[in-house]
Amino acid sequence: MKNLLKYAVTRVFLTIPMLFILLSLVFVILRVMPGDPVAAMLGGHAPPEVIAAKREELGLNKPMIVQYGEYLAQLARFDLGDSMIFDQKVGTPIAEKLPATLELTITGMAFTLLIGVPLGAYAASRRRTGRDFGIRLYGNVAYCIPVYWMGLMLQLVFGVWLGWLPIAGRTSPRVFASLFEKTGFYVIDTLLAGNFAALGDVLLHLFLPSLTLGIVLSGIFVRLTRANMLDVLKSDYVLAARARGIPENKVVYRHALKNAFIPILTMMGLQFAILLAGAILTESTFSWPGMGRLLLERIRLRDYPTIQGVIVVFALFVSLVSLLVDLIYALIDPRVKY
Amino acid sequence: MVSGAKYSPASFLSRLMKPFITAHKRYGTEWWILIAGALIILFMIYMALFPSTLAPYDPSDQAAGPQLGEPSRAYPMGTDNLSRDVLSRVIHGSRTILGVAFAAAILSSLIGIPLGLLSGFIGGIPDRILSLVMDSVYSFPGLILAIAFAAMLGPGVVNITLAVAVIYIPTYFRLVRGQTLSIKEELYVEAAQAIGARRWTILLKYIFPNVIATVVVVFSLNIADAIMTEAALSYIGLGLPAGIPDWGRDLSMGKKFLPSGVWWMITYPGLMIVILALGFTMLGEGLSEILNPRLLER
Repeated sequence: MKNLLKYAVTRVFLTIPMLFILLSLVFVILRVMPGDPVAAMLGGHAPPEVIAAKREELGLNKPMIVQYGEYLAQLARFDLGDSMIFDQKVGTPIAEKLPATLELTITGMAFTLLIGVPLGAYAASRRRTGRDFGIRLYGNVAYCIPVYWMGLMLQLVFGVWLGWLPIAGRTSPRVFASLFEKTGFYVIDTLLAGNFAALGDVLLHLFLPSLTLGIVLSGIFVRLTRANMLDVLKSDYVLAARARGIPENKVVYRHALKNAFIPILTMMGLQFAILLAGAILTESTFSWPGMGRLLLERIRLRDYPTIQGVIVVFALFVSLVSLLVDLIYALIDPRVKY
Repeated sequence: MVSGAKYSPASFLSRLMKPFITAHKRYGTEWWILIAGALIILFMIYMALFPSTLAPYDPSDQAAGPQLGEPSRAYPMGTDNLSRDVLSRVIHGSRTILGVAFAAAILSSLIGIPLGLLSGFIGGIPDRILSLVMDSVYSFPGLILAIAFAAMLGPGVVNITLAVAVIYIPTYFRLVRGQTLSIKEELYVEAAQAIGARRWTILLKYIFPNVIATVVVVFSLNIADAIMTEAALSYIGLGLPAGIPDWGRDLSMGKKFLPSGVWWMITYPGLMIVILALGFTMLGEGLSEILNPRLLER
């Protein structure tokens, strides 16, 4: 346990340079690269004095290195700065939209695992049969489907043709989120408020976007689970379990799958970054009021501090999840060297 | 007689084709996957190079047919809200996406491969710093990075190519660096050092050729990825300026008419993205099985 703690501390310290590099990268992209945010914001015909005044107000006339220092100092205080367009802190819209994106990401990951892992395990247990081939084909095709197109197709079938599911937003217009909104996670909020009609409505709206994410990402998990299961099924304890006369289903899904799960966990961490990117596109397709829509909307308005803030929050999340996955990995797999 | 038959064009052709035909016996299904992928890509490249030979109408002709016309014999994929022929737009759109994806993959490999070679070969502190930077960029969602770049650079073919290229540099760097590190320890490299080969000779003649086989596979998979990224950027409106037929942007246009049941505007451009990305994925997987069977297992 002491070793584990030591590992955890080391791992946390290793996260710091990575985070630092990502934050610097964001700075370089948004401040050092060509493109003048102030000129863009004020339009092409603003007089130079006005542009200069605005630059001074925003602190953009200071030397780059000073700006960089101020940027890092601000982040260290958990302050993302002020919006250039609206009279608000950058953190305000982010705090409002982040739960929507996380809700989508988490349910999307749930669908991914629900589809990908059983299919992969089944394919491995039926190796080199038609079904195995079919599942592998599904995995490869699913990986090549753009997530927004999957979303559009599901919208077309289930929303427009069949009319079963809503295709936009987090709730119906008649359901007022203000009645129950507390944490911003509508599933939790409606449960806390005991408002089950609203919960049903929220779940209906959540279904298609998360299924979209789930299907597209499941391809990678099918492949990974299958490959790991093939390795595990060759091991001695599986042979021993079979020799003891344990039913094949139990051997495959109980004994083997449990041990194939560790690499899948690592993959979940790695896929989280892809899931976030997928969530941006899915949000755009399903008019989901999350971080992705915020980012795109502010890009259109050229609100650079908010664009920077959203990307910084994404960077924080990616580092945090990779840290968490490594720690969980160390906790459940005693073979990991500390 | 025998020598005469040997040089007839037909037998020459069959001798030329023989390795392709017998190869499936050696490599099994993977060979057919490779061939299928290559055929898809060749067809798409033809489409991109000579779109006018296939497209029935001008892709920007706003009087090509009825407005939002359903697919029919004259318009196999229907017409869009500006009365343009969807099939012609799909055919012409291949040029945009293939061009950007190829250019981006070439650009990022031209930067990533030398950096990876040098970093792995030199080692020490420069290698550590460069690896840390590349790993950090690699861990970040590529699309979000590309969005940031594209938003800063503004629309344009060159700009979007740059935005897509930047995010794949770490892919090449990490692969080539890893390979360089392991090849550096090989006996033949040690032997070359012992006979007094110069460092550049070792790097270029002994290490580089052995790295290339894996790069080819990753290059193909990378293009598949770049296709998806380009289409995504266009879909969210950060792609190319208006006027150029582009699958991603056509999809986002079609999205507006989806609630009224216009399925053809979104179905076909999206399907093309899937088929094209699948083509490069299949080629990459087939190649990897044949060139270096152990790569994908790792």
